[in-house]
Order: sequence, then structure tokens, then C-alpha cells
Amino acid sequence: MTDTDTIRDTVLAELMRIAPEVEPEELEPATPLRDQVDLDSMDWLNFIIALHTRLQVDIPESDYAKLVTLNDVIGYLEKKTQA
Amino acid sequence: MDEGTLLEWKVKPGDAVKRGDIVAVVDTTKAAIDVESWVEGTVHELIVQPGETVPVGALLAIFSAQGEEPEAAKASPAPEKPETKKAGTKTAGAITTEAKPAPAAAPAGPPPAPAGRAKVSPAARKRAEELGVKPESLTGTGPQGSVTLEDVERAAKAAPAAAPEKSRAAEMRKTIAAAMARAKREIPHYYLGETVPLAAATVWLAEYNAGRAVTERVLMAALLLKAVASAAKQFPEVNGFYRDGTFIPAPAVHAGVAISLRGGGLIAPAIHDVDSRPLSEIMPALADLVQRARAGSLRSSEIADPTITVTNLGEQGVEDVYGVIYPPQVALVGFGRVAEQVIAENGAIRVVPAVRASLSADHRVSDGHRGALFLAKIRALLQEPENLAKAWP
Repeated sequence: MTDTDTIRDTVLAELMRIAPEVEPEELEPATPLRDQVDLDSMDWLNFIIALHTRLQVDIPESDYAKLVTLNDVIGYLEKKTQA
Repeated sequence: MDEGTLLEWKVKPGDAVKRGDIVAVVDTTKAAIDVESWVEGTVHELIVQPGETVPVGALLAIFSAQGEEPEAAKASPAPEKPETKKAGTKTAGAITTEAKPAPAAAPAGPPPAPAGRAKVSPAARKRAEELGVKPESLTGTGPQGSVTLEDVERAAKAAPAAAPEKSRAAEMRKTIAAAMARAKREIPHYYLGETVPLAAATVWLAEYNAGRAVTERVLMAALLLKAVASAAKQFPEVNGFYRDGTFIPAPAVHAGVAISLRGGGLIAPAIHDVDSRPLSEIMPALADLVQRARAGSLRSSEIADPTITVTNLGEQGVEDVYGVIYPPQVALVGFGRVAEQVIAENGAIRVVPAVRASLSADHRVSDGHRGALFLAKIRALLQEPENLAKAWP
């Protein structure tokens, strides 16, 4: 089990690795992530691969639609790591 | 790109090198590039030293071929192309900063100095321009009193008012400007567009990815790239280079992938042999290329030899792309966004995912008729994605 803060830190760290221009404190957690950060499908795939590797979570492609906002991503990973 | 600064040698005199070995790292306006050897042999002499900026096409080093006496190479009187001008030797090679397949694009170098003017090495002159130093005003410490790179840099340091060094983004903008201006000046573009239904491709890709680990998933971009390369193999007039009034078709399809960089700017390095490799190899190659392009570590051959470029701007939301061909290439295929569209078929209308594919092609080399057939081939290939995934669809 991984706590919410650890998950949030991991998500933000991986997001910043892909998009170094991101200022974490300026991200709106309930606004679609891809409206705030310039992520193309290759960036997104790399982001998902990084989360999969760091948190040992399997994220099927069919679940991408659930991962819209930062809160969505963190909530999804929380559930997955507790399962 | 018309010049580069040698950052580091990866070999030293006496080292054996094979074709494809990385021998040096050169910094350019676009990226730091790993320069690969085009020849097999032994490093004989390193001509350019780390820190020196030289024009594209300048001689960097001399290699001697297997079995060749180094003295022979040393005696070579032709620094331009010693490998072709020396009689009696096998294939001694020269490594140059040539990083694009267009000798015509290489700058001719500075004009010869008029009588009475200070002797300034080309590297020093270039650097002087960048640093806002007047080389004629300096006292040279090089051979015969010539002004060297070091003289220029010393003078620039001593003069705090010198112009600041331009950022890489600004330099890259200049490089893009030069290439695109040349394209619009020299290439009579024609443009064609085609709506490509992607229902089969979308379903196939979802099934393909569902059964695979996240690291093995394939993006639509890779499938589109494969479709372009496979079609280009059958339409040689869109795949190759136009140089000195002649079109030279390329034997393989090295697909240049337009990659936007986060700091601004654009680079279109190649994935090699896309026409003859399965999709399962193209996707990791694409992921690796994007990652390295953005990290600034590309290989010289990747920069040098795209035979056709593919640009994908759909993720920015546009429907159509009207691309500018990257000379000396003769075609560019653009894709807009993949979105549901209403398509009329057999008297009925259907809503299917589709993409607008466009072709920008060089009218000196191909005509609209063949261009239209080429686009139709791309469309047809994408209707049979399982076939397209193979090495030879």
C-alpha cells in the first residue's frame, strides 16, 4: 500500500521529468491535465510507463479515459495500489 | 544547420573503427549529435580540436583503410575528399561534419580574403561574427600572423560589451528559417488531401494493445508512419532527394519524424528502414527517437538521411496539415487529428474515426496523378492494419 502523498509526489516527479516546464504548485488538480500541460500521446505513454514502473501498477489502455485530471490520476493509482 | 562545434572525440589516432561507430560528438544549432563513421579503418589524424566550430562538410579527421600505410594518408594533398582523390589506396575515409545529404546545402565557406586583409581562419571568422568581434582589428597569433579561434575568444572576453551568445532556440529558428525559405524558393509544392477512415485501425490497435504490457503498446502514430513508408516504397518518386537538377530515388524508406521540442523548435530525424521492419520494431524506435531528440542526443545518420518526412499535428487539434518539404527531400505527409467523422458510403452515412492525410510533394519530381495514387495507397494500407503490422505488408 502506498499513501496518497507518496503517490502525488511520484506523479508530479514523473510529470516534471517529461515536461520540465511544469510548475507543480500552479497545476489545478481538478482541471484536465492535458489542458494545462502540453502532453502528446508519446508523452502520455511515457508518463503511464513511468507510473507503471515506479508504482508497479498495471494501467490498461481502456482506463486512460478515467485519467483526466491530476486528482483522477492520483485517485486511480491509490485504488490500484491498495487492491 | 551549416556549422557545428566539436565537443569531444570518442577515438584517438591508432584506434580501429567500424562503419557506424560513434567517433565524435558535435554540437549544432539543433542538437548535440553523435557523429558516426562511414568507413572502416584506423584513425590516422584528428584535424579539428574540441571547441572548434567548423562549417558543415569540413574535414574532421583522416582515417586510413585496412592495410594502408598511414604515411599515404598523411601525404594526402586533398583535404576535401581524400578518400576519392588518392590513387593507389583502398578506401581511406574522411570524417566530416556533413550531417545532411545535400552537398549543395553545405556552405561554400567564407570568401577569400582580399589583399591586405588580415588572415582569419574560417572557424575564427564564424566565432567572431557570433561574438561581435571584428577579426581584422585583432593581432593574430596563428601561422603567418593569422587570427585564430583563440584570438577571437580572448578578444571577446576582454571586451565585455561584446554581443551575448545567441541561445540554441534562436539558432535553431535560424536553421529552420533557412531550410524552409529554401524549400519555398526552390520547390514547386503541390498539395493533396484525403480523408482516411480509421475504424479498422482503431479497433485493431485497441485489441493489439489490450493484450500487451504498457511498455509494448503501440500508438496510432507508429501505424501511420508504417503506412506512409510502405506506400512510399511503391512510389519511388516521393522517396529520395532532388539535387543539382536531378532526382535520386532512395533505395530504402528512412522516415523523418517531425518532433517538436519543448523549448521551441523542431527537428525531423529519421527512423531507418521503416518500409521493411515490423510495427513491433517501429514503435520502440519511434519512442526512442522522440526521447533522444528531446534530450538532444541524436546520431548523425538520423539527422542526415530522412528520405521523406511525416508530420503529425493532430494532437494539437488541427484537421489538416499543409506541410513544407524539407529539402533536398521531395515529399512530406501530414496527418491531422483522429476524430469521429461522418462518412457517406453506399448510400448510407456512418460515423467513424478518421484522419485527414495530406501530401506536399515536389512538382519537379512527381505529378498530382501519382501523388493521388500514393495517398490512396496510404488509405488502403490503413484499412488492413494487421497486414500493415508485418515487415512487408
